Parts: sequence; C-alpha cells; structure tokens
Amino acid sequence: MRRLILIALPYLWLLALFLVPFLIVIKISLSDVALARPPYMPQLDLSAGLAGIKAFFSELDFENFFFLTTDELYWRAYLSSLKIALVSTLFTLAIGFPIAYGMASAPREWRPTLMMLVILPFWTSFLIRVYSWMGILSNTGLLNNFLMWTGIINEPLQIMNTEIAVYIGIVYTYLPFMILPVYSTLEKLDDSLLEAAEDLGCTRTSAFWRVTVPLSKPGIIAGCFLVFIPALGEFVIPSLLGGSQTLMIGKVLWEEFFNNRDWPVASAVAVVLLAILIIPIILFQRNEQKQREAEQ
Amino acid sequence: MPQTVFAPWEDPGEKPLIQFRNVTKKFGDFTAIANIDLDIYGQEFFALLGPSGCGKTTLMRMLAGFEKPTSGQILLGGEDIVDTPPNKRPVNMMFQSYALFPHLSVWDNIAFGLRREGADKATIETRVADMIRLTRLDKFARRKPHQLSGGQRQRVALARSLAKAPKLLLLDEPLGALDRKLREETQFELMDIQEKTGTTFVIVTHDQEEAMTVASRVAVMDEGQLVQVATPDRIYETPNSVYVADFIGDVNIIEGAASQTGDKVLVSWAEGASPLVATTQALLQKDQKCFLAIRPEKITISAEEPEVANKVQGEILDIGYLGNISTYHVKLPTGHVIKASATNTRRIGRRAFTWEDKVWLSWTDTAAIVLER
Ligand SMILES: Nc1ncnc2c1ncn2[C@@H]1O[C@H](COP(=O)(O)OP(=O)(O)OP(=O)(O)O)[C@@H](O)[C@H]1O
Ligand SMILES: [Mg+2]
Repeated sequence: MRRLILIALPYLWLLALFLVPFLIVIKISLSDVALARPPYMPQLDLSAGLAGIKAFFSELDFENFFFLTTDELYWRAYLSSLKIALVSTLFTLAIGFPIAYGMASAPREWRPTLMMLVILPFWTSFLIRVYSWMGILSNTGLLNNFLMWTGIINEPLQIMNTEIAVYIGIVYTYLPFMILPVYSTLEKLDDSLLEAAEDLGCTRTSAFWRVTVPLSKPGIIAGCFLVFIPALGEFVIPSLLGGSQTLMIGKVLWEEFFNNRDWPVASAVAVVLLAILIIPIILFQRNEQKQREAEQ
Repeated sequence: MPQTVFAPWEDPGEKPLIQFRNVTKKFGDFTAIANIDLDIYGQEFFALLGPSGCGKTTLMRMLAGFEKPTSGQILLGGEDIVDTPPNKRPVNMMFQSYALFPHLSVWDNIAFGLRREGADKATIETRVADMIRLTRLDKFARRKPHQLSGGQRQRVALARSLAKAPKLLLLDEPLGALDRKLREETQFELMDIQEKTGTTFVIVTHDQEEAMTVASRVAVMDEGQLVQVATPDRIYETPNSVYVADFIGDVNIIEGAASQTGDKVLVSWAEGASPLVATTQALLQKDQKCFLAIRPEKITISAEEPEVANKVQGEILDIGYLGNISTYHVKLPTGHVIKASATNTRRIGRRAFTWEDKVWLSWTDTAAIVLER
C-alpha cells in the first residue's frame, strides 16, 4: 500500500501540474477565437446534457494548426528559435566546459566556494540581470563607452536589439545549467585513470580527449539539454535584448497571447513547440537513465 | 650438471636495470621515501614488502613517472629518467585501484596501450587475444569493467599492463582481491609470464608468503626506508633486525645480555635461568643488549628433558590448530610465552600434548639468530 502511494505520488503530480493544464491548452488550440471572456469558444455546457457535450466536440477543429502553416512567420520563428537555441548551447558548452574543468581541478577546499560563485547570480532576479545587460550592451552602455574610451572604436557598436545580444543573454543566463552537470561528472573522475592513460602512452592532451571527454559525456549531454530545452522557448531575453528583428517562437507566443489576445492560435503554437521539445526531452531522459545504470 | 643460479646482484660486473641513488621523496614536510639506494637487475622479480603507508606505492609511482623525487636520481638502463614523462618510459604499471577505463570494454582496455603505439590492426588483435587467453578472460572480452567481479577486474588490469610487453612491469598489490586458490595459481602464472617474457617485475605486496613465493629478492621497507634487501631465504633465515624477523613469518624474540667467546654467544635472558647459547658471526661487547630470534618450527617440544644446548620448561597455555601443523604457546616460569610448532603426524584426538601439560622446549645452538637491533 505504501509502495503504491509512493509510486502514485509523482504520477499525481504530473497529472495535476502537467497533463491537466496541457489538455486544457490542447482544447483551447482546437477552439475558435471569440470576443468574450474567456476569449474563445465553444465552452462546455454540461447543463444541456449529452447533446451539449456533442455540440461542444463538433465545434472543435484543427483550423489553428492549418493557420500556422499558412503564415510563414510561424515556421520561420520555429526555425530561428532552433538555430538560436542550438548555437547558444554550443557556446555555453564551449565556455562552460573549461570553467567546470577548472573547478574540478582546483584544490578540494576551494571547490565549494567556486560552486557558490557559479550559483550566486541566481540570488538576484532573472529580470534584473537581463535589464543590466541592456545597461551594458546598449549604444550608450558600459561596453560601448569603454571601447570608445580606449579608442578601439569611434562609433558605438550596435549590439543591443540584435541576435548577438540574444546569444549573450542566453549564454549568460544558462551557463550554470551547463557548468553544474559537467562539473559533477568531472569531479567524480578518478585521477588514476588519467595516469593509467599516460602510463599506456597517451600525452596529457590525448589522455584528455580519450578519457576525460568520453567520461564526462553524460554531464555534457545533460548540460546541453538543460540549456537547449528552455532556450528554445525563451521569450524574456529575445523581447528585452533582441528588439523587433529577433524572431523567436517564445516571443511570438507571448505576443499572440497578450497583444493579439488570440488564445487559440497561441495555444496551437505552444502545442507545436511542445511536440518539438518532446524529442530532446526523451533523449535527455534516456541519457540520465543510462548514466544511472552505469553508476550501479 | 651444474645449475646456474640466477643471482645478478652477486656479480659485480652486472649492470643493474634500475638504480635508485639517494632518492628522497617528500610530500610537504612529510618524508615518504628517505634517502633510498637500491639496485634492481634485469629479469628480476623484485618484491617490496612493508606495512601500510611505508612508501611502497610512492616508490613505484616514481618508477612509473607520476612522482618526481624531491632529490636523488633514478636510472633506468644507466639513464636518468627523473624528467622523462610516464608515456615515454618503457614501464607499465598495474594500479592498486586497477584504474580500468569504465567507458571501454575489456578488449578495448587491453588494446588501449597498443593503439597508442600505433600498432597495426592484426598485431593488436593477436596480442590482445594472447593476453585475454593468458588471463582467462575469454568469456568477458565484450563486457564493461562494471560488469565484472573484483578478481576479474584485477585480471583485466594485469592483462592491460602486460599488453605492451614493457621492459619493466610494476604491480601494485596485483593479487589482493583474489581468493587463495586463484591467488596461488596467478602467482605461478606471473612467474611463468615473467620467465617467458623476460620482463623485470617489481611487485608490491602486503602478503609475505606471496613475496617469498614469487620473488627473486625481497625488500622490506619501514617508514620510507629499506630495512633489508635480500633473497627470500636469507630474509627468513638471517634477518638483519628484529623488525624484519618479526615482519616475515612467526618468530620468538628473547631479549638478553650477551657474553661472547669465539662464535658462541651466551645470552642471559632471565633471573635465575641458565643462559641460552647461539652462534653468530657478529662481534658483541660484553653485556651488550641483544635479541635472540627463534622460529617456532625450529623448536622441539617434548615431555622428557632432552639433551640439547638450549632447553626450557613450561606449561602449555594455548594450542593453535592449523590443520597441517599445530602451534603451541608455552608459558615459562619467567613469564615469557614461547611459540613452538609441530607437524600434526597423528590425528587430533591422539596428539601427545594438551592444555596445561608441562613440556620441555629445546633448540640447537644454531637455531637462534642473534640480532643487535
Ligand atoms: N600525494 C600525497 N600527498 C601527501 N602524502 C602522501 C601522498 N601520497 C602518499 N602520501 C603519504 O606517503 C606515505 C606512503 O604512501 P604510500 O602510498 O607509498 O604507502 P604504501 O606503502 O603504498 O601503503 P599501502 O600498503 O597502504 O598501499 C603515506 O604515509 C601517505 O600518507
Ligand atoms: Mg600502496
């Protein structure tokens, strides 16, 4: 009985906080927009009995999904999001791995402090941190002022409101999600493995590629997904730093919901986004599972 | 037909393969290896023996190139290798923790070193297959290390370190995780491999029996120093100190004061007891403190008073039954407890002595070793 409760608990959690809301979103995505509150129809009218339920279902259709294919805005937004998420993930890895490596090879007594420094930014609000990037990157911001002061440039660089600003924002924000899993695999790595590799004829560098990298693969994969998945749906960073030219699906979704008040189309966008995300999420789960098995 | 005994250390013309010259290793202000001088010859099976923490692994790691001596020289074939990185040394090591690559299969683990050498595919295949056969891992070649038992992992580690056919093979407690039978088999296999390949082995072990079985010479270490380096039989029969005598095998140590005439020493060891007699090559001063070391198997136990140089009477305190032999713990009136062992030629129910029997212990004047420290 206790076992049953223990098993049921995560499922109930999933049901209440994911499945039910998701079903509601699917239902809205199949509805039509309406000038009402809530701004869509049909509404389920249970007082009319079975006939009411029938009428309700007969009015649901896939119109909104078709609409997504007719306007090129949407698929361009999906593609551009994929590109931005992918590139940012690669940059996060390129910056995060050396940091994690440095942390793992630092003296043992320093490591908690270094870990603390990585987590420290989470103590201030995400929004405030993104706004501070506006202060750094804008044409009259810190960076441009500094570069002009040193005389490297005469005209301010246009970074703000370009994709570059979005990349900087995403890489900055999600860096800890890359560092932490990579660090945790690197920290567990037994130094004697590297010595064994050297003993068997590897140089330091080839020992790194043949032993360190393969053994930190689970951490690298976990980190990549932890960055890629939320970055794909990101909307705060592109809206604040990317300006009007940056196209990301999260931003489109936000505008659909709050500016156009077209809940059904917005829901359709969300459903498709989730469908795209399910593949990497499943791959991520498989990776975690495999790692757990390997550790046994 | 005269048989040539393998003893290059007795031939002054022979060049040692490895030479430690005044080697000291410090970790901070802790001295792990204190000023060691040691020669190891080609094709030797050299065993390092000593208590935990005495510096055996440190000595090995300096040979493999993972630690640099704080001072002193290490020569391999006459060349100083202190600054040679591990991957450039013709030395392979089997790690105490095995250090198998968890992401590679048994086969790939063994092939790792050969691949780094750039050996061609066919050579690698035959070599790995040989190693797998040698260590009897045929059934496990495709498995990953975490799917193996402790003993199987140990064999993989051994196979991997042998695969490159190094000039010098370092084995850090290679057989610790094996059960007794497999351990003995592997010991003989190691000796066999050593003979076949002509590789020089340096082996670390906690197990003195193992050291005695496999080694051509044994070095007994204590706190970063070499206490004695000699062949197993010399270590056992003529230890140079109480420490070595006590460390290798069972021994009775009796302390006393010496009085020497020629090569005979009379040792007065207890008030009112007649002195014990032993022979020695050393020169002891009158009344110098010394120790007699007597192996239990060299002591005869009897009911009647025997006609031998040394005899004491006592009462049996305890009997340790080991199957083939029994060890009698005999308490003397002076308070000393002496261990004497006897072969169990009769069945246990019919053995001659039992608890609280009064017995005589006796040994000849050549049985005891006189030690000054
Ligand atoms: N990297 C290090 N830093 C500080 N001290 C060390 C280091 N490596 C070894 N030591 C110390 O040097 C001494 C010798 O260590 P070593 O590993 O050589 O012992 P050992 O004889 O192999 O012991 P065991 O039989 O337990 O393996 C120990 O006291 C150990 O604590
Ligand atoms: Mg050790």
